[in-house]
Amino acid sequence: MTVESTAARKPRRSSGTKRAAGAASAAKPAAATAQTQDVVPQLVQLLTPEGDRVDNAENAEFAPFVADITTEDLRGLYRDMVMTRRFDGEATALQRQGELGLWASLLGQEAAQIGSGRALNDEDYVFPTYREHGVAWCRGVDPTNLLGMFRGVNHGGWDPNTNNFHLYTIVIGSQTLHATGYAMGVAKDGADSAVIAYFGDGASSQGDVAEAFTFSAVYNSPVVFFCQNNQWAISEPTERQMRVPLYQRAQGFGFPGVRVDGNDVLACLAVTRWALDRARRGEGPTLVEAFTYRMGAHTTSDDPTKYRRDEETAAWEAKDPILRLKAHLLATGGADEAFFTELEAESEAMGKRVREAVRAMPDPDTMAIFENVYADGHALVDEERAQFAAYLASFEEGH
Amino acid sequence: MAVEKMSIAKALNESLRKALEQDPKVLIMGEDVGKLGGVFRITDGLQKDFGEERVIDTPLAESGIVGTAIGLALRGYRPVVEIQFDGFVFPAYDQIVTQLAKMHARALGKVKMPVVVRIPYAGGIGAVEHHSESPEALFAHVPGLKVVSPSNASDAYWMLQQAILSDDPVIFFEPKRRYWDKGEVDFDAIPGELHKARVSREGSDVTLAAYGPMVKVCLEAAAAAAEEGKSVEVLDLRSMSPVDFDGIQASVEKTRRLVVVHEAPVFLGVGSEVAARITERCFYHLEAPVLRVGGFHAPYPPARLEDEYLPGLDRVLDAVDRSLAY
Ligand SMILES: Cc1ncc(C[n+]2csc(CCOP(=O)(O)OP(=O)(O)O)c2C)c(N)n1
Repeated sequence: MTVESTAARKPRRSSGTKRAAGAASAAKPAAATAQTQDVVPQLVQLLTPEGDRVDNAENAEFAPFVADITTEDLRGLYRDMVMTRRFDGEATALQRQGELGLWASLLGQEAAQIGSGRALNDEDYVFPTYREHGVAWCRGVDPTNLLGMFRGVNHGGWDPNTNNFHLYTIVIGSQTLHATGYAMGVAKDGADSAVIAYFGDGASSQGDVAEAFTFSAVYNSPVVFFCQNNQWAISEPTERQMRVPLYQRAQGFGFPGVRVDGNDVLACLAVTRWALDRARRGEGPTLVEAFTYRMGAHTTSDDPTKYRRDEETAAWEAKDPILRLKAHLLATGGADEAFFTELEAESEAMGKRVREAVRAMPDPDTMAIFENVYADGHALVDEERAQFAAYLASFEEGH
Repeated sequence: MAVEKMSIAKALNESLRKALEQDPKVLIMGEDVGKLGGVFRITDGLQKDFGEERVIDTPLAESGIVGTAIGLALRGYRPVVEIQFDGFVFPAYDQIVTQLAKMHARALGKVKMPVVVRIPYAGGIGAVEHHSESPEALFAHVPGLKVVSPSNASDAYWMLQQAILSDDPVIFFEPKRRYWDKGEVDFDAIPGELHKARVSREGSDVTLAAYGPMVKVCLEAAAAAAEEGKSVEVLDLRSMSPVDFDGIQASVEKTRRLVVVHEAPVFLGVGSEVAARITERCFYHLEAPVLRVGGFHAPYPPARLEDEYLPGLDRVLDAVDRSLAY
């Protein structure tokens, strides 16, 4: 694993097959442009935006980790991405129809999530942020469960231990410490599993994330930090968070960082498997930076036209993770039109199921306010519950 | 110019604009406050007009935002920082409580901490968790901090001016569900003191004391009570640290009954302190125990339950009735 020392990225579009890390750099703060070198940081890529397989020095260490992937597996990855995008699109539509209060779309980040999510074993544990719908899909979480908190009927909606998929975390960066602690426990138990923590490029500025890096490094914890650098933290570009390429930050903490093409599902799978493998072998944490793009708004309440240029978004459209794998499957004869048509129908059916499930989702009972505040019960909660129940009952008696 | 009708959001924006114009040492700092103008657009257009050196998009790090604001204040600046939502102030809580609040005392009064921390707070907008909380008591409990919350456009404008001019740190809670409520702002007025309570509606039977988002609910409750022949006085506390106990006492000596209303949990909330002090001060005037209406000892619930959770007209009127029943 090489870790280059590279100064702030210079924006440039990639031409060849190797280095597709043309950095989006709208609104780059002046301070970040010091001593720019004409070096594009390394980027692990196995599939070009045109869908061609590549073998090169940068992916040599990682390619063996997907040597076992069959054409059928590739179709499976494709299906995962299509289903996830369909689910995400449905949720966005449901928000517009007033069925959800808010939605954080993953559009554009399907490869990063499916590639990393499919690298996990069942016993591995996932600590997501609030946008990991594709990872949830890989874990077998019913997509409708993800919608409860966005509809406003609960703060989570699933038992994290059923699928080893923790609850969504909204406070930025917090979960990276939980993942680290969990991984410390895994190591103490001598278990043969690993932990993965998801977060964004913006989150990497939080003290909690730095502390997670510190703890995981000094305790050599089996944790993979999977950062989806989607270029934006709401309105702030990555350059507003750090001056060096994100993956390089791991070096200062004493563990490796790798930048992978986040729109290349195969590369994300390979690099995450590699990092998980290290963790399981007792080699400690890894930072994976999936270099990708948030195609939509930050959430449905955001207006990206205030801070982002259309040309930038258009340039990333050409790197679409789904079209890329489709091109590959078609070119290699890995799938035929019938496959895509069937998948279309399957995803439509899933969209319909989600729509119906959300509309049928009941509002919680009022008294749920007082539920699960404590595991052991609590006199004050009991008193307030009784008072409130009596108050509500007074209306029914025609108070 | 003098008097203009505008939303609370606009009044805050105008107030920040004026502060930036009047004093080159005033800085605006926070996440997304620049190009985007903040997620609530309170800083809209300010970076365009005052530049990136005055209106600063910060990294996504609240401890960093407040910690560096402390350093800038030590260097003679007057930072006004924005915390995006109530639930995200806690990464900065350490800096606020252990450093910001105590710096003046530790330095034997030789350094000033003119830092304003603006926090859109409280519920009622149907948000996901950590976006609807009322943590004011956690700050009011800390010596060294001033804690205030406006309830209308005029106060939004003037109280923010006063907070920025203050040499002490001010935690400035903005009632986010009232951002779009309009009211008159008199730009030439001589504003009342930052920490004085205001009688928002006169009454003689019972006093409702509230601040921030609950003032409106109390005014509506007073109007509804009037139809039933009850005369309710509404007191806008405006400040939670210090609390204007003299102002409350004056009202209670008149009405002899007090109900304190806030969204935050009742247990150990600002209302608890008001009830205790007023009981001490007005024991022989009171016809009824001081009652409190507020949130429960439970996490702020998911959006679909917030209407039940938040004190509304009925719960306030119920408390008025209970007070009058003594
Ligand atoms: C501690 C904290 N501060 C602020 C916010 C508000 N907020 C929500 S998402 C977000 C941007 C996050 O950007 P990034 O970490 O890059 O993740 P992305 O959403 O782009 O995946 C901000 C500022 C928050 N949720 N938590």
